[in-house]
Amino acid sequence: MRVSFLYYEDCPSHDVALERLREVMDEEDIPGVVEVVKVETEEQARELHFVGSPTIRVDGQDIDPPDDSHYALTCRAYRLSDDRISPLPSKDMIRWAVRSLARSQTC
Amino acid sequence: MANLQPGDKAVPFELPGVDDRRHALEDYADKEAVAVVFTCNHCPYARAWENRLIEIQSDYAARGVQLVAISANDAKRYPDDSFHKMRERSEEKGFNFPYLYDESQEVARDYGAQRTPEIFLFDKGSTLRYHGTVDDNYDDPAAVRVHYLREALEAVLAGTEPSTAQTTPVGCTIKWR
Repeated sequence: MRVSFLYYEDCPSHDVALERLREVMDEEDIPGVVEVVKVETEEQARELHFVGSPTIRVDGQDIDPPDDSHYALTCRAYRLSDDRISPLPSKDMIRWAVRSLARSQTC
Repeated sequence: MANLQPGDKAVPFELPGVDDRRHALEDYADKEAVAVVFTCNHCPYARAWENRLIEIQSDYAARGVQLVAISANDAKRYPDDSFHKMRERSEEKGFNFPYLYDESQEVARDYGAQRTPEIFLFDKGSTLRYHGTVDDNYDDPAAVRVHYLREALEAVLAGTEPSTAQTTPVGCTIKWR
């Protein structure tokens, strides 16, 4: 499983998100390293289809596929299960996405 | 670092609001405290704190506190921060405070604001008494341990100095032109 973590440095919580991702990978026994990509320019954001920081992709699929495709150096909003907006995906969100993508690969 | 430091006087401004009125800081001269909040639509940090700001305005309105929200982001690069979208956001969330558009970004530059959200709390004499973040947890309102803005408001309303006059604002950078 290929896991990518894309971030924009101006968004202050990217380190917390990366820590959550690594914790979930440990807890789910997912081998391998996280490819960490620092997005630094608007051009790079467009090339990488980067909709905001942090973005986590598992085998190229976004863990929370965005509604729009406005690629920019910006911070990303996640809607949590209790409907709150957060700058971070919850561990449960990450876990659900990883499990779901893992299941789809074994079917 | 912000241009305004605790103890400094407020910089006057007059800006259009989503209510189609112009709002000047001096319109609120009769208030016991005015919190100028640099914020915006698109930033998840600003959005995470929106409900808490609405609650603060509601809780402190009867005690003469007025929140004034200002968005200064470049809407050409961030279309969600356009004046039209600000109006939509205000209606959707039921903002109980003015939401103003600093299209020229002059007010944000005068204040030296850098993040959204970023608070500048003034007392009745227009002296800055607190600058910084709302509280210590953007991610989970239930896990907040230090309510910086509320504590500063209590101090200002009691005529004393806030125990914490300055914190580091946490949020997105203001999107300059």
